[in-house]
Amino acid sequence: MQAWYFTEMPYPHLPPLDTLSTMRVSLPSKHFDPKIGADLYNRYLDEYMVADDAGLNLLLNEHHQTATCIDACAPLTAAILARQTSKGRICILGNPIANRSDPIRIAEEMAMIDCISRGRLESGFVRGVPYEVFAANSNPTQTVERLWEGIDLCIKAWTTTDGPFNFEGQFTHKRAINLWPRPLQTPHPPVWITGSSDLENIKRAAARGIVFATFLQPHTKVKWMFDGYRGSYVDTGMPGGGGTSYMPLVFVGDTQEEAEKGAKALTWYLDAKSEPQYRNPPGYVPVEYNVQALKGTFTGRTDAMRKQSLEYLKDQGVLIYGTPDDVAKQIRRLYDLVGGLDNLLMMMQAGHLGHEATVKNIRLFAKEVYPQVKDLPRTRPLNAKVAAE
Amino acid sequence: MAVAEANTKTMKVGGVEIEVDIRGTGKPLLFLSSEEQLENASPLVDDLAKKYQVIIPSAPGFGRSPRPDWMTNPDDIAYVYLDLLATLGLNDVIVVGFSLGGWIAAEIATKDTRRISKLVLVDAYGVKIGGPFDVDIEDMWVLHPQKVAALKWHDVEKGKRDFASMNDDQLTVVAQNIETFARFCWEPYMHNPKLKRRLHRIDVPTLVVWGENDGLTKASYGKAYAGLIPGAKFETIAAAGHFPHIEQPEAFAKVLNGFIG
Repeated sequence: MQAWYFTEMPYPHLPPLDTLSTMRVSLPSKHFDPKIGADLYNRYLDEYMVADDAGLNLLLNEHHQTATCIDACAPLTAAILARQTSKGRICILGNPIANRSDPIRIAEEMAMIDCISRGRLESGFVRGVPYEVFAANSNPTQTVERLWEGIDLCIKAWTTTDGPFNFEGQFTHKRAINLWPRPLQTPHPPVWITGSSDLENIKRAAARGIVFATFLQPHTKVKWMFDGYRGSYVDTGMPGGGGTSYMPLVFVGDTQEEAEKGAKALTWYLDAKSEPQYRNPPGYVPVEYNVQALKGTFTGRTDAMRKQSLEYLKDQGVLIYGTPDDVAKQIRRLYDLVGGLDNLLMMMQAGHLGHEATVKNIRLFAKEVYPQVKDLPRTRPLNAKVAAE
Repeated sequence: MAVAEANTKTMKVGGVEIEVDIRGTGKPLLFLSSEEQLENASPLVDDLAKKYQVIIPSAPGFGRSPRPDWMTNPDDIAYVYLDLLATLGLNDVIVVGFSLGGWIAAEIATKDTRRISKLVLVDAYGVKIGGPFDVDIEDMWVLHPQKVAALKWHDVEKGKRDFASMNDDQLTVVAQNIETFARFCWEPYMHNPKLKRRLHRIDVPTLVVWGENDGLTKASYGKAYAGLIPGAKFETIAAAGHFPHIEQPEAFAKVLNGFIG
């Protein structure tokens, strides 16, 4: 099992949350102090370097117009880390390709980062969480279609090495596509995709051999998605060989008290505040979900984990915390509960969790926990074609 | 307010399937609903059906009409309705459109008025009047739903919908309408940049009616819109927001009947 260090690069220095109606989309930028921001960016990059040094892989993402994540441009962060680190793999999870107007620009950025990092890039693609459609002004009713058209075009651009081609799709029109540079990894970096409820889309990714990732969900739901993925997986020769990935919040302490304190700090992320229109823009989820929303039984995707106790979150596998041996035990439990797990994506920094505590968390995990779980076998995603024979 | 009952038939026009509700007999009146289709079940339709043959189509993706993937904006819907008038062989048609339906009605009339006798636009979207930084139409997707309701209605109570009393089929229509509205009107937001340059082509008597307290699309916007249509009359309805025909049905009927005769 591969372990990945992750922070969403929060900007937590906000007025009291009860005085704000939202931390996303429309929170005025006067609340962002660039001097504090400068310190935070440099600190978060330092922590990624600590994680790299300790032997972890590095996971990045991006969001827009939100205090929960000031990494507004993951390729920039990845480019810095490509140059400043040397060991860990660097995964962008992901490029919001449904929200960016030019997929070829993304293909170029990824190819450059792959070259600079000497082939350490893993390129994730996401349709983007609901509130992202506002900053990007992408039509919320067609994000899945845009996602796939963009992925197909990106892969085609990476793998076409004998001269230009034109593309006239539903969302993108480009002429004379001819990527310089092309990625270092041949035929291209491993491709990841995320999902949280749309099983058909997860199966679609599996049938193409793409790595699948999901975040902060109860273990029963994770298993449901992983089973769907494994049942539909086809080894198409995609780099990376597919696989399952899950992100919990993780904090390792020398003592249970220390771990609890750290875990509590991490749950800041789960309490992020937002207005209802940002949680469910029109047509982002299928009509059936919105029928439930009109009945008041569906309020958005992340509400299930809001305002829950540490114990509850721990039981669900959403929050993993404790002493090193205890954390290793919880990871093995999670591994069994979800039917195997290839990539453990760990949000180890969130909210006000400071530099020293974050570094300690990273180092304790790398030294005391990782050796205990590293050898958990790579789940062999079922090759549907082979199994049928 | 409830969702209109499905006493409709399905028609295929120009290769596109739409549901059409036809009520009453008399001179034809094409009744183009708002994005919420609130007026389909209102007494206004019954009153009009006493004198006119009222034709109420559900635009592609609205009501129970399927939404073809190739359609991207209200301009596409306008062609479907021109095909509908041709398929039904109607002439001297009065076209009345509400909100999004008003936008579609304006699109239709810029293309071909040979089958149309009169045009009525009620709190219609569709044109960009101001500059790039001017908010012509308040952003109903970015603002908090309560704020949107306050902008849309003079009396917010009148706009409250009882979703608890609706069955799944009716709620599916509501959810479908919300989704399709965004599909067609997300960007450019609530307008066709070309429409403003085409309104001069409208050559039938036109009435533009506006709720005096419409906060979404202000009466000043409606007046400017009317000013782009040759000879158009502009009337406002007091104590009414974006749906004056629902908030002030009597005052609205008086203005409408005064124009269509």
